[in-house]
Amino acid sequence: MSAHDDEILGKAYDAGLMRRLLQYLRPYWRQVLVALAAIVVGAAAELAQPYLFKVAIDGSIATGQVTGLGRLAALYFLTLVVGFAAEYGQTWTVQLIGQRIMFDLRMAIYDHLQRLDVRYYDRNPVGRLMTRVTSDVDAINELFTSGVITVFDDVLMLVSIVVMMLVMNWRLALVAFSVLPLIIGVTQWFRKNARTSYRVVRGWVARINAFLQEHITGMSTVQLFNREALAFARFDEIDRGHRDANVDSIFYYAIFYPAIEAISALASALIIWYGGGSVISNALTLGALVAFLQYFQRFFRPISDLSEKFNVLQSAMASSERIFKLIDEPIVVRAPDVAVVRPAPAAGHIVFEGAWFAYNAEDYVLRDVSFEVKPGERVGIVGATGSGKTTLINLLLRFYDVQRGRITVDGVDIRDLDLADLRGMFSLVLQDVHLFSGTIADNIRLGNTSIDDDRVRRAAEAVHADAFINRLPGGYASPVAERGATLSVGQKQLLSFARALAFDPRVLVLDEATASVDTETETLIGDALRVLMADRTTIAIAHRLSTIQDMDKILVLHKGQVREAGTHQQLLAERGIYFKLFELQYRTDTKLELKT
Amino acid sequence: MVLRYAVDDLTRGVTRAKLLEYGLLLMAIGLVGGVFRFLMRRILMSASRYIEYDIRNDFFARLETLPLAYFQEHRTGDLMSRATNDLSAVRMMIGPSVMYSANTVLTFIVALTMMLLIDARLTLWSLIPLPLVSISVKYFGSAIHKRFEQIQAQLSDISAVVQESLSGVRVIRAYRQEAAEMERFRRSNQEYLDRNRQLITIQGFFFPSMTFFMGLGTLLVLRFGSREVILGRITLGQFVAFSVYLTMLSWPMIAFGWVTNMVQRGLASWKRMAEVLDVEPTIRDETAGLKTGATPVAAARRSDVAQDFSPAIRGEIEFRDLTFSYGTTPVLTHVSARIEAGQTVALVGMTGSGKSTLISLLSRLYEPPSGTVFIDGVDVRDLPLHVLRSAIGVVPQEPFLFSDTLEDNVAFGLDPSDEHRHQRVLDAAAVARLDKDVEAFPKAYDTLVGERGITLSGGQKQRTAIARAVAIDPRILILDDALSAVDTYTEEEILGRLRGVMRARTSIIVSHRISTVRDADRIFVLREGQIVEQGTHDELIGTGGLYAELHRKQLLEEELAAS
Repeated sequence: MSAHDDEILGKAYDAGLMRRLLQYLRPYWRQVLVALAAIVVGAAAELAQPYLFKVAIDGSIATGQVTGLGRLAALYFLTLVVGFAAEYGQTWTVQLIGQRIMFDLRMAIYDHLQRLDVRYYDRNPVGRLMTRVTSDVDAINELFTSGVITVFDDVLMLVSIVVMMLVMNWRLALVAFSVLPLIIGVTQWFRKNARTSYRVVRGWVARINAFLQEHITGMSTVQLFNREALAFARFDEIDRGHRDANVDSIFYYAIFYPAIEAISALASALIIWYGGGSVISNALTLGALVAFLQYFQRFFRPISDLSEKFNVLQSAMASSERIFKLIDEPIVVRAPDVAVVRPAPAAGHIVFEGAWFAYNAEDYVLRDVSFEVKPGERVGIVGATGSGKTTLINLLLRFYDVQRGRITVDGVDIRDLDLADLRGMFSLVLQDVHLFSGTIADNIRLGNTSIDDDRVRRAAEAVHADAFINRLPGGYASPVAERGATLSVGQKQLLSFARALAFDPRVLVLDEATASVDTETETLIGDALRVLMADRTTIAIAHRLSTIQDMDKILVLHKGQVREAGTHQQLLAERGIYFKLFELQYRTDTKLELKT
Repeated sequence: MVLRYAVDDLTRGVTRAKLLEYGLLLMAIGLVGGVFRFLMRRILMSASRYIEYDIRNDFFARLETLPLAYFQEHRTGDLMSRATNDLSAVRMMIGPSVMYSANTVLTFIVALTMMLLIDARLTLWSLIPLPLVSISVKYFGSAIHKRFEQIQAQLSDISAVVQESLSGVRVIRAYRQEAAEMERFRRSNQEYLDRNRQLITIQGFFFPSMTFFMGLGTLLVLRFGSREVILGRITLGQFVAFSVYLTMLSWPMIAFGWVTNMVQRGLASWKRMAEVLDVEPTIRDETAGLKTGATPVAAARRSDVAQDFSPAIRGEIEFRDLTFSYGTTPVLTHVSARIEAGQTVALVGMTGSGKSTLISLLSRLYEPPSGTVFIDGVDVRDLPLHVLRSAIGVVPQEPFLFSDTLEDNVAFGLDPSDEHRHQRVLDAAAVARLDKDVEAFPKAYDTLVGERGITLSGGQKQRTAIARAVAIDPRILILDDALSAVDTYTEEEILGRLRGVMRARTSIIVSHRISTVRDADRIFVLREGQIVEQGTHDELIGTGGLYAELHRKQLLEEELAAS
């Protein structure tokens, strides 16, 4: 997704993080045991194979007896079958554990996201949060499937080989192991450099993605301003950086693999030289020497495996750090432990008492706002952009909490109410209608199964949405494509009214619901609104003063304070801020001299 | 080889010096092989990175020449994945897969020859399981690939659910849909798990069966090779060497199946990339001799020239019997209109009446039919694109800003080497009334916009876009409903300042609000793709048509209010 998400921070291994990650293995300890058992069995089967060769050479061949060979072959076949079964069992179990952990992690993240404060969403763009749920979880899956458990496999393999070799001939084993410091040295060198260059490459990849994303979306702007050449030059720069970083990292890989092979050749040479000597002096059988060579060859796979685990570990650490940071994000706005039960049925009596609120530190958007909305009253809120209108709604629905003062609904502080209980009283209609994938009907009832088809239909009819819905090929069952791309702004608006009505709330909350449609649609919407507002407490915010003129009360918000309140006529008579706003929107011909 | 003689010598008895010689020889071979492998990896992989770089550049250069319609038909995510995932598959095909193939073929030939030299019959025996290896790699490979694709599809479903839910967080909270959303997500997540389980069931077979088949070969060598040794047909050294060669063969066999899959995937991805690379840009300079889309260099050269030509345009616009449709949906029918240089005209009409399309045709974001749209009497299709576009400043309905500094955004259409760049930015910002907002930002014009910087309000975005259009000093300025998110007071201020700047330039203003357009020299009223009325505000009021009706409605509201 976006650039900086993928920047890798922190160290490559963090014991605390690791411990916390391993917690997720706990529910699957049985499966883990099965996998570990399969690993042990598989290792035994694999290690038996070179030994069988030794027996063939030292036994049958040395003595020239063909008879034992059949039994040996049968044994060898057995190791193959057992090895196959064990490896399959191990892979299957381990992968499935990884998948289940991914499932659990995703649910945990998503669950937290569903409860996290809206404020958190202001700070974190959706794209970034999505990478937490998708690629970060993937990186952790990698850690479990090809990391934690298979590391055990590799280590077990290494240890068993070492033991086998020591048992067969400890002198020769020690000679062979003399290359170990070399291997460790080369691996360390590789690890260090590969890690750095991996980091650099990831940075470039992120930059390429961010650049492409932005320039594909804004391509027509690029073209309109003749920026093609400049944009290309910048892209070339990033692309080149990415290429060079990759070429740099190739160097380390190009050295590492051949180096390990060369060391392996060195080890074989040592075994031939020293082991051959031992054979001459009869300290070693020829079969043992051959088996030795075979064991040592198997020695390198786990080592190069282990060094590749490093990248996995590193990206898993970075991902888990980001995931845990999200999961640990405290939820500020939450339901009280013991919620007050408000008097039923809800009346819809709303009081703001000296409410103060700031999105950032001391930068107050609302300053000491007090007002009352009586049950069934319709209140309009007007004010210039940035006067704090939308914030009022955000506070009322407890998307945010006030810093000072309080808000009560039917006499109860909203912070003492259960969140679902509080929000259940309202239907919210936003200017940007958010539609979900699914059918038209799904979008009206959302996930609320208690709203049946009949109620959906009646709601749509009441707000004049049925006319356009019926014209759609599938009617109410028509799918909403690409979040409503095929619907007009006005249609989406009507749909959101139907949604609000279907939920039959006590209080209707409208946020700039009537801006940016043409006059004809506005008439339709105006009608729908009247239906919607009937017998409900209504709080409406609008740029267009025409929509709120017949409200019972109008509040004028200016610089975070309620500066005027009254009916349309009263406010006009006051000749204050409202009057000015009104003048600007409906200039009469006599004011035409304002122009140049 | 060395191993064989060493083992043979050991069976016969040999000196330690001879053994040392064998050891050294073995090491030398290892080293030479190592150097060779180093060079091969270095050269082939680097080459593949260079090719990747070239293709990616070409890809982006091609995108730059494609028209708006192309980007509307293709989702950004899709194009992105072609430029990243598909390209990476293509690179795998030309880098690693070539390297592994070379490795495979070489090892295969060497090992097989050696084996045949030792014992042809034994070779035959041991090779029996080998085809099985390749076949199973191939079979499992494609089965895995198919399941993998299903998983990827499900992953993008999960992403879609998350994206939808997170961007609608307020609606979900307000309507208490958290539980329903969790359930929706759980289902998608569960499906992902199930599909993965299917993959694992098959994938789990992959490596174990490789090991198994290879083991069968070794088993046959053990069984029959030992007999041959006992019968004296081959030496013990040959027997040992033979089993080593067989192990060497296992890698090429696995790699063979692997490479096949890589190539298959690479080819499929290349096809997807070629789909973009081969698109002929439909909107391009016909006369400039740049028939097949501009190369970046040519594009650079062209924009150098741009500055020299633009003053030549006076800004007289004519639409001549213009009919235009998206696919089969007609958007504009028989539109004819004339706008004199220096005039301010307004387009009024309902959403979907064709206003934005008309404007897009002027700057050739969509291609008008030839002989329908003229600037200074020249068909816009005959004007070089850079000349045309540098003469027009467009403020779109939903402006797109880049995650750069405010200064870079405003100076977007300016030459970066322009020494007056900063002053131009300041002037343009003043016209768009962006200056006061900028003063409030701690880093002023160096403030970053977008995800990594501050989030601008809708009005601030629109004003930045206005400044950006004004900064290029266009002969024609187009405001496409560009003040909708700006409050009425600020709108009035901006329009006032624009009038000063746009004196003697052509401006086109699209708006719903009568108050915004009433002062225009000429007002065109569009309805269902046709110009149904035109004239000054007063003339149109006099005619008593659609405009007068719109005006009457707004007046009525006014009167109602005033009463």
